Amino acid sequence: MARISVKVDGIAYEDDVEPRLLLVHYLRDRLGKTGTPIGCDTTNCGACTVLLDGRSVKSCSVLAVQADGCDVTTIEGVSSNGEWHPVQKAFHEEHALQCGYCTPGMILASIDLLKDDPDPSEDAVRQGLEGNLCRCTGYCNIVRAVRRAAQEMRVTTP
Amino acid sequence: MIPASFDYFRPSTIEEAVDVLAGAGEEAKVLAGGHSLLPLLRLRLAYPTALIDVGRVAGLRGVSDRGDHVHIGATTTHDEVVRSPIVREHCPLVALATATVADPAVRHRGTFGGSLAHADPAGDLPAVALALDMVLEVRSSAGERTIPAAGFFLDYLESALAPGEILTGVRVPKLGPGWGFHYEKFHRTAQAWATVGVAAAVRQTNGTVEEVRVGLTNMGPTPVRAAAVEEAARGVEAGQNGALRRAAEQAAEGTDPPADLHAQPDYRMHLARVLTHRALVSASAHRSPLT
Repeated sequence: MARISVKVDGIAYEDDVEPRLLLVHYLRDRLGKTGTPIGCDTTNCGACTVLLDGRSVKSCSVLAVQADGCDVTTIEGVSSNGEWHPVQKAFHEEHALQCGYCTPGMILASIDLLKDDPDPSEDAVRQGLEGNLCRCTGYCNIVRAVRRAAQEMRVTTP
Repeated sequence: MIPASFDYFRPSTIEEAVDVLAGAGEEAKVLAGGHSLLPLLRLRLAYPTALIDVGRVAGLRGVSDRGDHVHIGATTTHDEVVRSPIVREHCPLVALATATVADPAVRHRGTFGGSLAHADPAGDLPAVALALDMVLEVRSSAGERTIPAAGFFLDYLESALAPGEILTGVRVPKLGPGWGFHYEKFHRTAQAWATVGVAAAVRQTNGTVEEVRVGLTNMGPTPVRAAAVEEAARGVEAGQNGALRRAAEQAAEGTDPPADLHAQPDYRMHLARVLTHRALVSASAHRSPLT
């Protein structure tokens, strides 16, 4: 067992974990953060994407012990004061989902993308989300939602 | 799937890391970002008894300008390599190829040294290491040594790292003025491994090709230099119709490409010729925008 301290969605946790425990299993099974789904389990699909110290990572490909001392943000921590994050709002308004399984990962990857590029072109959004697979939508509404969120965020935080 | 059990060590200095590795037995593996290793553990294709996590070892991470070469610490992430102004200015081929590695989330965790130490011929960086004659710095409890890229990749997933050795950093020689670069990659989906990739560097004087270096990804059990192309392209006029295409026709010479679900060897040989032509044209036109 190894002792880890992590901050997840603003709350500090200390836990003893087996070194082989994956971050996604720690989040889901130990902390009950089931908002982060497991998709492919092979680092391909991006459904389990979370922010680790502010950058997108696939939590099925990180050991919980590697996250020791880090700050983790899951889909359950992106809203604030009961207000959805602008990316969440835009996904809702543009209907950027069908089954919704990829949505948490898409939203976190989009938040990371918008930090680097506050006004991404359609192509930049598609490149930025290349690690996140959606098997329902054909991506059109997802790209639209990210660009809409970008516009909203530029208006509210000039 | 869940990996099999292993002991976990997280040294904070390189001295401690090589000592722990030396004492951890033959089945121990070094863990950096884990983006080559963890997928293998999860699929239970590898069963190391211990992981030595060098992710927080001081001094292994970062890029520095060392005069005649650029030094890239082994645990520098792909994302940090792509963003590095030093890499972009002095070894743009490294930045171009690294930007095609997998996807942004993988590039946030995967490391430059890890990709080389994994010695996967389908990885993008081994062919670049060969083309640029990089020098790999390794360390064990017995001391330090360097290994030229040309002697580092021995076989499929097999490098010249001896048991107990850790890759600590990589020297990328600066090539100086007159060079153009390109990395051309063919893959089935956005984040898939290269079916075939071509790393090309071309030096010209007034339109005449003086020197060419070509590294091929996934054209054999190790990355390979396309020596016949390098020879054939020397002295040709880059702008002359068909000149670079004729040189690129030699790209598959001496290669031993794998057969898998996605491509047979003859198809990979075809791709090598086509992609090498494209890479030479782009590199000689200096059409390698770093976006």
